[in-house]
Amino acid sequence: MTTATRTRHIPGEEGIWAFIFGDLVIFAVFFLTFIFYRGENPELYASQQALLSEGLGLLNTLLLLTSSLFMAQAVRVARHGGAQLPGLLAAVIVCGLGFVGVKVIEWGSKIQDGITLNTNEFFTFYYMFTGIHLIHVLIGLAVLVWLFLRSLREPASGMIGVLESGGAFWHLVDLLWVVLFALLYLMK
Amino acid sequence: MLTLFRNRLTVIWALLVVATFVSFDGARFGTGDNAHAMATALIMVIAFLKVRYIGLEFMELRHAPLPLRLGFEFWSAAVCVAILALYAFQ
Repeated sequence: MTTATRTRHIPGEEGIWAFIFGDLVIFAVFFLTFIFYRGENPELYASQQALLSEGLGLLNTLLLLTSSLFMAQAVRVARHGGAQLPGLLAAVIVCGLGFVGVKVIEWGSKIQDGITLNTNEFFTFYYMFTGIHLIHVLIGLAVLVWLFLRSLREPASGMIGVLESGGAFWHLVDLLWVVLFALLYLMK
Repeated sequence: MLTLFRNRLTVIWALLVVATFVSFDGARFGTGDNAHAMATALIMVIAFLKVRYIGLEFMELRHAPLPLRLGFEFWSAAVCVAILALYAFQ
């Protein structure tokens, strides 16, 4: 099928898209609030940003991008029989757990250095935004484990709708992190 | 198993990874008085291009009904422009 003749299709449930757009609006407010306050005190933000580990942020970005590739491939194989579906979903879960592990290491080292939510404005934003994002990752992982267990005992053909919905949510988690990485770790 | 990955999705993933490394090194692109502003602009534009392609390709919005696709594209463009405008005017 060419793009021109392909029927347009909502990936997953309509309800998941209402949730996704609500989340996008909330995170847009977070991003702009951060930039506004950063502009009030750029020296403080630059000095505190230098305390973050860019390497761990990069690793987490690569883990989520790769998890998204596995997720998108999982939806694709489900439409074509789906024998590899459990393996692909397991790969998404492994990448997601890797993200959580890296985040725990990162937070742990900051807390050990005495850097907490109350240290200064930059770290209040850092812990709030990465914490709210981590809750999204954990919800996504719970959904992925449920999809994985279903994929072991059900034919993939009956799971396409829930895979599309779960996938859309997981990709949301990925793209929000892409912006958080740029804002918190990379911008100058 | 590897043949599973011989498709457009893997190409998009590879481009997203390359873009990630380019923006990771983004600070090197700025020179002179506006070095930080140039680097930040590059980092943000790359981040939101990545967001757009995650939406269009992985979330499959390229083939979604137009209001859904355009709503997402509008969000990506508007938030990127708003971030850069707030950054520039402070």
